Amino acid sequence: MATTEAGQVERASGSLAQARPSSRWYWLRALSRNPLALASAIFLLGLIAFAVAAPLVTSHDPRFLDPGVRLQGMSRDHIFGTDGNGSDVYARIVYGARISLLVGLSVTVIAALIGTTLGLLSGYYPRLDSPIMRVMDGLMAFPSILLAIAIMASLGPSTVNVIVALGVVYTPSVARLMRGTTLTMKNQLYVESARAIGARDHLILRRYIFANVASPLIVQCTFVVALAIIAEASLSFLGAGVPPETPTWGNMLREGQRFIQVAWWLAAFPGIALFLLVLALNLLGDGLRDALDPRMRSR
Amino acid sequence: MTRYIARRLLLLLPVLLIVGIIVFVLVHLTPGDPAVVILGQDANPEQIENLRNQLGLNDPLYIQFINWFGGVLRLDFGDSIFLNMPVTEALFSRAEPTLLLTFYALTIQVVIGITLGVVAAVKHNTLTDRVLMMISISGAAIPNFFLGILLILFFAVRLGWMPSGGFTSIREDPAEHFKGMVLPAFALGFSSAGLLARLVRSSMLDVMREDYIRTALAKGLPERTTVIRHALRNALIPAITVIGFSLGALLGGAVVTETVFTIPGMGRLVVQSVQRRDYPVIQGAVMLIATFYVLANLLVDILYVYVDPRIRYGDD
Repeated sequence: MATTEAGQVERASGSLAQARPSSRWYWLRALSRNPLALASAIFLLGLIAFAVAAPLVTSHDPRFLDPGVRLQGMSRDHIFGTDGNGSDVYARIVYGARISLLVGLSVTVIAALIGTTLGLLSGYYPRLDSPIMRVMDGLMAFPSILLAIAIMASLGPSTVNVIVALGVVYTPSVARLMRGTTLTMKNQLYVESARAIGARDHLILRRYIFANVASPLIVQCTFVVALAIIAEASLSFLGAGVPPETPTWGNMLREGQRFIQVAWWLAAFPGIALFLLVLALNLLGDGLRDALDPRMRSR
Repeated sequence: MTRYIARRLLLLLPVLLIVGIIVFVLVHLTPGDPAVVILGQDANPEQIENLRNQLGLNDPLYIQFINWFGGVLRLDFGDSIFLNMPVTEALFSRAEPTLLLTFYALTIQVVIGITLGVVAAVKHNTLTDRVLMMISISGAAIPNFFLGILLILFFAVRLGWMPSGGFTSIREDPAEHFKGMVLPAFALGFSSAGLLARLVRSSMLDVMREDYIRTALAKGLPERTTVIRHALRNALIPAITVIGFSLGALLGGAVVTETVFTIPGMGRLVVQSVQRRDYPVIQGAVMLIATFYVLANLLVDILYVYVDPRIRYGDD
C-alpha cells in the first residue's frame, strides 16, 4: 500500500515541476545577469578546456629536462621562462591545472557525497545525530591544513592520497550544513504531509528534503573546490602532497621559492594561475549564492 | 557566568578525547610497520624489535591509546625519534614563534578587516566601496604562501628592506623581532582580513538601516560618533564568530607561513617531522595545536557574552 501511495506522491510532485519548466533554471538567468560570476564561469570553462587539451595548447613536454636552457627568462620559445631543470614553465602550468582541477573536483564530490549522507541521516534520525556529529566536531577541531598534513604523514605522498586526505578534511563542513538545513526542513508542513500519506523515509529524504538542501549544497561545493585547490597546492608546496616530479602548481611554487633570488617567474606564474582559479571559484560561488537564494543577496 | 565557563571547560574533555582518538587513529593508518618505516628497509630485526618496544607497538591498540592519551593529559607526548628529546620539550621550545606569528596575524586581520569593512560600508556603492571590496575578494583568494613569496620577492629580494626569513626572539632584540615578523604576519593575516572585511561591511550595512541609527543621526550626533559608537559595536557581533573560525585558518596557515619564511616554529617542526617520519612529534604537535584551537574558540564564545549583553547563557 505504502509503496503505491509513495509512488503517487512522487508522480504528483514530478508533474508540479513540469508545470513550471522554467522555474528549475531560473537561477541560471539570475547568474547570467551577474557579470563577475559570468566572467568567472567562462574563465573556469576555458581553464578546464586548456587542462583537458593540454597537449594541443603547448608543444613542450612538462617533464622534459633540458639543462642547457635552465632558469631562462621569458622568450618566444618559453613564454613563461624555464625552471631549474630547463622544463617549460608554461607547459608545467597547463599540465599542473589538470592536477588542481582533478583534486578540487574529486575532493568536492567525495565531501559532498559523504557529507550530505551523514548530514541528512544526522538531521533526520535523532538517534544517529550525536554519534555522527561528535566525530564531525572532532574533525573540525583541527585547523584543516594541519589535519591534511597529519593524514598525508601516514598515507604517504601521492595524488590519490591527497584526494582522500582532503575528502576527510572537508566532509564535516558539508555534513554540518546539511544537518542544519535538514533539521529545519524536517518540521515543515509538506514533509509532515508526505509522512501522513505514508511516504517512506528514503523517499522523504530524497525528494522533499534533499531537493531543498540542494541550493546551499551547490554554493558550499563551489567554495570547497576552491579550498581543496589551495590545500592541495599548500600540501605540495610543503612537500607533503603530490610527489615533486609531478608538475603541480604547489610543487612549482616550492621550486620557485628555492630560486627566488635568481628567477622570479618560477613562483610568479603558477602563483598567479592559482590566484585566478581560486578568485574565479569564489566569485562564482558568491554569484550562485545570490542567484539561488535571493534572500542572501549581498548588497 | 562562572558556571557557564566551568561547564564549557568540562565539555572540553570529551572534545579532546575525540581529537585524541582521531590523532591516534590517523598515525596508526600508516601502512606497514612504523618501526620499519622509521628505520628504513635495511634495519636488522633486532633494531626493529627494540624500536617496537620503545614505541610500545607490541601492546594491544587500546593499551597503546590509553598510555598515549594518559601522557597527553599530563602534557607528555613521548620522545621524538629523530631529535632525541621529549616531544613536549621540542614543541615548547618552538611555541614562541608560532603563537606570536598567529597573534600578530590576528591583529593584522582584525585591524585591516574592520577598517576596510567599515569604510566600505560608510562609502556604500561608491568607487571606494568597490575598490575596497575588490581588494578584499582578491585578498581572500590569494594563498598565504604565495603572498609570502611575493612579499619576499619585493621587500626582501628587490628592496632589501626586510629579512627574507628567520626569527629573532622578542626578548633578544625586539626591533629585529618585529622587522622579521612584519612580512610573515601580513602574508598570514591578509587573506583572513579579506573575509572579515566583507562580513563587517554587510553587517554594518544591516545595522545602519536600524531605527536607532536613524534616531542617533536625527538627534544630531555626528556621523563619525554614530558609526563608531552605535553601528560598529553591533556590527562586530557576527564578526567575532568569523574571527573565531579564522583562528583555525591562522594556526594552520602558520604551519605553511613558517616554511615560507624559515621560522623555527611548531609548524615547521611538523613539516620536517613529516619528512623524517617522526610520528610522536607529529602526533604531539597536531594534538597541541588542536587544543590551542579548541581553547581559543572557547575564549571567543566567552568574549561573545561580554560584547553582546543580550546573550545570556541561561544558568546565571
